[in-house]
Amino acid sequence: MKQGNLSDNVLMRIVARWNMPFILIFALYTQTHGELGPGGGFQAGVMIAAAFILYGLVFGADEMRRIVPRWVSDGIAALGVLIYAGAGMYCMLMGYEFLDYAALYPSNPGGAEPWGMTTVEYGVGLTVSAVMLTVYNEITEGTGPGSAEPRDSNNDTEVVGKV
Amino acid sequence: MIANINGILIIDLVLLTLVIITAVAVVEVRNLFSAVILAGIYSLLMAAFWTSMDAVDVAYTEAAVGAGISTILLLGALVLTGTQETVRRAVHWPALLACVLVGGLLIFGTLDMPKFGSPNAPAQQHPIYHGFTKQNVPKAEGGKSAEDVYAYNTLHPEDAGKHPDYFHGHVPNQVTSVIVSYRALDTMFETAVIFTAAMAMIVLLRGRRGNPLKGGLL
Repeated sequence: MKQGNLSDNVLMRIVARWNMPFILIFALYTQTHGELGPGGGFQAGVMIAAAFILYGLVFGADEMRRIVPRWVSDGIAALGVLIYAGAGMYCMLMGYEFLDYAALYPSNPGGAEPWGMTTVEYGVGLTVSAVMLTVYNEITEGTGPGSAEPRDSNNDTEVVGKV
Repeated sequence: MIANINGILIIDLVLLTLVIITAVAVVEVRNLFSAVILAGIYSLLMAAFWTSMDAVDVAYTEAAVGAGISTILLLGALVLTGTQETVRRAVHWPALLACVLVGGLLIFGTLDMPKFGSPNAPAQQHPIYHGFTKQNVPKAEGGKSAEDVYAYNTLHPEDAGKHPDYFHGHVPNQVTSVIVSYRALDTMFETAVIFTAAMAMIVLLRGRRGNPLKGGLL
């Protein structure tokens, strides 16, 4: 089995390319129906990240980083937490308790709950997807087709020796 | 005789047998690529098992995280390491002893738990199951608060089920309701923990491949 880059394999390329939209659509379904059925922001975020990592596995991590640059994934990770905490702060500013979603729709507190839950679920989904991409980005750094050969365990001693 | 056999029990036994076989295979197989795929199969079988136990949200997470992202991340790690385990270790007897002891203790602990599906289990008997949420805020305009409905249902047990709207205003999926409404603060800090993990990886690893003294943010 060829290491490092699977894009020479026609079957892998076609399967990855054709599966990605379905994974993303299903992730969006999970995200938007989190309050109605099983699933939610965490699962949706993991699935979105899985789709991009699958792309990175087949076409190379550098190609994946071209689509989603690292400053984008860093920003999205922070944005998700900001959305979640911001929803809570908004409720406080409106005179309610922290994360008391009734603040979003004061005339109908019952109807406000799903709004608040959906908002914070989007925050969770954004953060989780970006964090999973970051994990993949950091462990594959410098292993693309343009960079050095994939390391084997023998090279580790060499690296230590340089220091 | 055959009619008395519980169909769900058979499905559970078949699934758990397959789970055990897969777990042993993950440990025994020497090809790391096979081990990763087998670990994914293990998670998928566990997801099927959770579904049969009516824990759909757990099954969803198991399928997404266990069979999905961890399999893919491990495949990504295989690109770095190669696919064949080089050293075949002998059985480590103290480790085996420790595993058997801890496993035995855990199984011993489960003997105190109520039987599966028992109507006398605390989950079915606890007052919180009937009151479910004692909120003083009526969730719907003009609606009764959870306290009111609970008090009414306690006084009139014959009307139980006629006023199920004390949960009104929350969403149909109770798991989501618990996670991001009742325990919203908890979930917020879980999100922050995941974010912190990514920040730690960025600070420690970014730009340092091959030379630990170069790159990174610290």
